[in-house]
Amino acid sequence: MKVLIKNGRVVDPASGRDEHADLAVAAGRIVAIGRVPADFESARLIDASGCIVAPGLVDLAARLREPGHEHEGMLESELNAAAAGGVTSLVCPPDTDPALDEPGLVDMLKFRARKLSLCRLFPLGALTRGLQGEVLTEMAELTESGCVGFSQAEVPIADTLVMMRALQYAATYGYTVWLRPQDGCLGKGVAASGAVATRLGLSGVPVAAETIALHTIFELLRATGARVHLCRLSSAAGVALLRAAKAEGLKVTADVSINSLHLTDVDIGFFNSAMRLSPPLRQGQDRDALRAALADGTIDALVSDHTPVDADAKTLPFGEAEPGATGLELLLSLALKWGGDAGLDLPSTLARVTSAPVQVLGEALGSLASSAGRLVEGGVADVCVFDPSATWAVNPAGLKSQGKHTPFDFASTGTALPGRVRATLVAGTVAYLSPAQ
Amino acid sequence: MLSRRNPQLNAHGELIHLLSIEGLPKAVLTHILDTAGTFLSVNDREVKKVPLLRGKSVFNLFFENSTRTRTTFEIAAKRLSADVINLDIARSSTAKGESLLDTISNLSAMHADMFVVRHSESGAPYLIAQHCAPHVHVVNAGDGRHAHPTQGLLDMYTIRHFKKDFSNLTVAIVGDIVHSRVARSDIHALTTLGVPEIRAVGPKTLVPGDLTQMGVRVCHDMAEGIRDADVIIMLRLQNERMSGAMLPSAGEFFKNYGLTDGKLALAKPDAIVMHPGPINRGVEIDSSVADGSHSVILPQVTFGIAVRMAVMSIIAGNEA
Repeated sequence: MKVLIKNGRVVDPASGRDEHADLAVAAGRIVAIGRVPADFESARLIDASGCIVAPGLVDLAARLREPGHEHEGMLESELNAAAAGGVTSLVCPPDTDPALDEPGLVDMLKFRARKLSLCRLFPLGALTRGLQGEVLTEMAELTESGCVGFSQAEVPIADTLVMMRALQYAATYGYTVWLRPQDGCLGKGVAASGAVATRLGLSGVPVAAETIALHTIFELLRATGARVHLCRLSSAAGVALLRAAKAEGLKVTADVSINSLHLTDVDIGFFNSAMRLSPPLRQGQDRDALRAALADGTIDALVSDHTPVDADAKTLPFGEAEPGATGLELLLSLALKWGGDAGLDLPSTLARVTSAPVQVLGEALGSLASSAGRLVEGGVADVCVFDPSATWAVNPAGLKSQGKHTPFDFASTGTALPGRVRATLVAGTVAYLSPAQ
Repeated sequence: MLSRRNPQLNAHGELIHLLSIEGLPKAVLTHILDTAGTFLSVNDREVKKVPLLRGKSVFNLFFENSTRTRTTFEIAAKRLSADVINLDIARSSTAKGESLLDTISNLSAMHADMFVVRHSESGAPYLIAQHCAPHVHVVNAGDGRHAHPTQGLLDMYTIRHFKKDFSNLTVAIVGDIVHSRVARSDIHALTTLGVPEIRAVGPKTLVPGDLTQMGVRVCHDMAEGIRDADVIIMLRLQNERMSGAMLPSAGEFFKNYGLTDGKLALAKPDAIVMHPGPINRGVEIDSSVADGSHSVILPQVTFGIAVRMAVMSIIAGNEA
């Protein structure tokens, strides 16, 4: 289908392009930015007056809950949420049930997502069978099925020898290993160690849970030459270690979640289970360090850490509630809020949810690597059109995601969020159009 | 945040639930203690009843086993003329898979007026208070490590009874503070009532450094911790903590932190010794101290009933 997006401000963080221009799409690709041929006949016209025309967002951490947790989220509901949030590519961790440790499961997931045409789906394969931390998965086979990397999701590998072997094996083929740095034993608490957890009588997760894991990972990187993407850093001390590792030249990238970027443990208030998150919310100094590290590029990407949780699993005492929050529909707004607070220009802000995550994925994206997360003539037409001056009050009932729990619920924050998605194109097809259009 | 209003107070600042001592104004605490004083005489009458809660149904919901606390709440409610229903949930509905809130909904449908809740998870009574009908009052009878506010209040009643004034006291709390809801409630109450020196005493595994942010002095040395103390509150050491990664043995704990006559001599000559019970003789406290002239452990139990009567009658009289 031919689509013409008129009168918008085209912002492409990768090239630095920032200009008012029309954007023409045909056969799934961007055919013109500015200089649209006079005879271009669009089947669909999108008026982007007052809007930003940006690359579709690339989210490196979103759980879709299929297979195994369909009561908490389905492919269709969650990919609709992605489209409504302007997310055109997402990476899902392998902690489904069963875990994504078989090529057949990955094939099925990719096939179903393709049929929906709402968002590109890039699964991470399980690093070990059943995420048990014992036997390596068939990484080459899983890569052929479409896995873009390998991960233990939230399950730390207890056996350091298995971890080293997994990194060695992945490094053989140049696969990236995605690890959330958390020591299994120290990470058993339900809130970050500190004054709030002590006062509320909640078991704590000390910063050392993260830093010990980081030290182990970095030592193993030195030994194996593997490439690791660190998922959802949570602490100032973790940021300092990452900065040193990057300066040393280790092959490492990292992301942070929208939750850790905006919230602290004080937000737990009176045991609000919407704040039960993994990693746990830490203190103000940690949040400040994470925000600064995302701004200076030490942390590469901002992720939604989208985790739909059903009401039964959330309306429980804080420690028993399931960790996680819905996030796909909030990623853009919370990126803009952070960028605004930090005084960043729009291209630099958007880079953290477009071009930078694509760089993290690198060659695992194959032919998409050169044009996903950016706007280039001849490239894939994954586009997000949003109104930067619109604000909205997050009302969980109105979210497309099956997950209705978010710390940013207007009823509890009283704060509206900036930026509203007007249209989302995936491979040139309109995946979402806001009711106002 | 909009939802941040202390859920145990109504818009007029009156107590509608008792969930934690944290955040309660001094005047509310003093009012409870004064009211308890008037109920103390009821306990000495031949007919030990007042009709304040006549026709009301008080449900004791104990998701965690307890005999002593449940009994004192039951006595207190009965002396207020309430109908008391004891539910030992640890062995009934939740064991059959019913969710916490389903249990609450079912009991609300039976027209409960008050829930007295004990639960192993910190914060569980907050969840119940948020989801029960507006006319239902919730009393926290101990949640996880978080709070045991009626114990905190009866401790304050005891201290006030024997020491009269809070403003010149040194109070030492000794033992397993990190896992203790009693310690947290005592600390909040003592700071609110103006005690100038509160010490938390124990090894680093049981007394974390960030307790200082609650307004206490952290002491890892017993002698330093109880020197010149007016009040010593010994905490119960749970069996499962007596040997493991928290402590090597009950014996070593007693040697270093157990209260003996010898150590008690370091405190003020008129110091009182308290304990929330049940006591472990020879683990945290020597029998000669528990039964000695400084011990006020049994008066604590007596005051506990009056304090629980005061709490129940006050919250039942306030509307959400």
